[in-house]
Amino acid sequence: MSAAESVLTDGPQRVAGSDGVPLSRRLSTRLLRSELRLIAGRRRNQMGLLVLAAVPVFIAVAVRISSPREGRGPDFLSSITSNGLFVPIAALSVELGLFLPLAIAMLAGDAVAGEANLGTLRYLLTVPVGRTRLLVTKYVSLLIGAVWGVAVVVLAGAIAGIALFGTGPMLTLSGTEISFGSAVWRVVLVSLYIAVGLAALGAVGLFISTLTEQPLAATVALMIFTILSWIADSVPQISWLHPWLLVDQWMAFGDLLRDPPFWDNIAQGLRVDLAYVVVFWLLAWARFAGKDITS
Amino acid sequence: MTHRLDHLQTSVPGGDLAIATRGLTKRFGARAAVDDLDLVVPRGSVYGFLGPNGSGKTTTIRMLLGLVRPSAGTSSLLGQPIPQGAQVVLPRVGSLVEGPAFHPYLSGRANLQRLDAADLTADPRTSRQRIDAALDRVGLLATAGKRYRAYSLGMRQRLAIAAALLMPRELLVLDEPTNGLDPQGTREVRHLVASLASDGTTVFVSSHLLSEVEQMCTHLGVMSDGRLVAQGSTTEVRGGSEPTARVLTEQPTAAVRIMTELGLGGVEAVPGGVRGTPIGVAPEEIVAALVEGGVGVKEFTVTSPSLEDLFVALTGEGFDVSG
Repeated sequence: MSAAESVLTDGPQRVAGSDGVPLSRRLSTRLLRSELRLIAGRRRNQMGLLVLAAVPVFIAVAVRISSPREGRGPDFLSSITSNGLFVPIAALSVELGLFLPLAIAMLAGDAVAGEANLGTLRYLLTVPVGRTRLLVTKYVSLLIGAVWGVAVVVLAGAIAGIALFGTGPMLTLSGTEISFGSAVWRVVLVSLYIAVGLAALGAVGLFISTLTEQPLAATVALMIFTILSWIADSVPQISWLHPWLLVDQWMAFGDLLRDPPFWDNIAQGLRVDLAYVVVFWLLAWARFAGKDITS
Repeated sequence: MTHRLDHLQTSVPGGDLAIATRGLTKRFGARAAVDDLDLVVPRGSVYGFLGPNGSGKTTTIRMLLGLVRPSAGTSSLLGQPIPQGAQVVLPRVGSLVEGPAFHPYLSGRANLQRLDAADLTADPRTSRQRIDAALDRVGLLATAGKRYRAYSLGMRQRLAIAAALLMPRELLVLDEPTNGLDPQGTREVRHLVASLASDGTTVFVSSHLLSEVEQMCTHLGVMSDGRLVAQGSTTEVRGGSEPTARVLTEQPTAAVRIMTELGLGGVEAVPGGVRGTPIGVAPEEIVAALVEGGVGVKEFTVTSPSLEDLFVALTGEGFDVSG
């Protein structure tokens, strides 16, 4: 009784601490916002975004300079280049091989392994931040990071493309032309599809990040995973494995540029993405929830 | 709410204790880093947790805070079982574990803001003033805007202490808080601990340097090689050892005879005089008997062994790292 009384008379904050935290505060996004500020404020990440943004600008300028003079080049290229939105699409397909996965791998390396390496993990956990809550926050910030990275490529590409090539009708992969307005929507769909794929890669990265205290090791491991997946996907002798590979349908985003869009491969890709998210998120949780934090 | 708190407080053994462990053990492989530990830390005490480097202090603290799972045994903080009750009780516990750790490219203040943002029990509206108060309390307010990487070791240590003081705490667990601090900083930490303790906060402070904590502790626990070799109030721990009477004289043989007759234990001649253990003999009786016996007393002292001697006797080492 006296112990309880002393808790109660110690002041309102202590009561709030010992009893339930109000629901509104339990759902607070303060930690997530702090996490995003941390990611956005890091010089290395800012440089990474610059690199992501430089690629579409480079593509746009290169195509502009080399585009055929009047009457000499193929019709095909000139009909593509009547709409600047080919630039973000081309940039995404180039960066999806290495740069975008690398960006996710860097963030994933920082997520848990980076905090463990700095020792800040033990201080977060004793604040306390529940381990599940920390993992959810880290994963949500990886998701936002994936969307962020794709958005930077697309926006830089769209601006450079429209500036250099204008806003004419877009030629679909089926050979038909669609208006600029519907072309914008297609680009948004492509971006979202790619972001979902990267988010699934982020789940793999989050799991790897719980295995080590070296952020660089986690980054490298995730890149090895990505590159091995691409290699396995390109070997026809193991085609039975292909439907199980995360990257197998990543390049299927081109199907969204058909008229009408072809959904089968996209749906298959999203199913694989979702399966990877579920499996690796659970693995990460199982690993992290009971882990001894000795860093 | 009274009801529920009451239930929580009384349903767990050791509810009146700030920290209680029973048979707490952690093995890494075959080696027991912490072996069968029964800590008893009363509320309101300043508990000095002593032991040489590598004696298992930090592993114990990690188990108390739910960072590491014990291999065996149980522990409770403020009456809550750990790790089950960690989320409930840790907001009332400020801690410093194995040195400071912060994001190097964030300022001291931004690092504290991050920790405060992580705390669901912290009110965001008072965040700024609480952070300022904590920085002020450790003397870092003026340099709060500097990046953490530019901080000296002493400033880093202070920032870590500030982080432990962001919220009102019932218990502070401070692992080597004076590490890396200059003598002035060490004194300041001592004063800080004393002022926190006078507010009623229980302080559990570990150190491998007894001299740094002995003046502020009401209770002591001494670790050696993963085991608790002594525990109790400072006087209890001290009480295990006896005082020594020393006489400086030029007639040691006579002094030995007289002191032995008086019933002192372990009387022996030492360079320049004689010493013995006065059990049940008042110092003035010894002096009177010596003078009566014609022994010229140049100097007479009765000293209790310093805790430092006791510490060395218990842990049996100086600079060696155990385990």
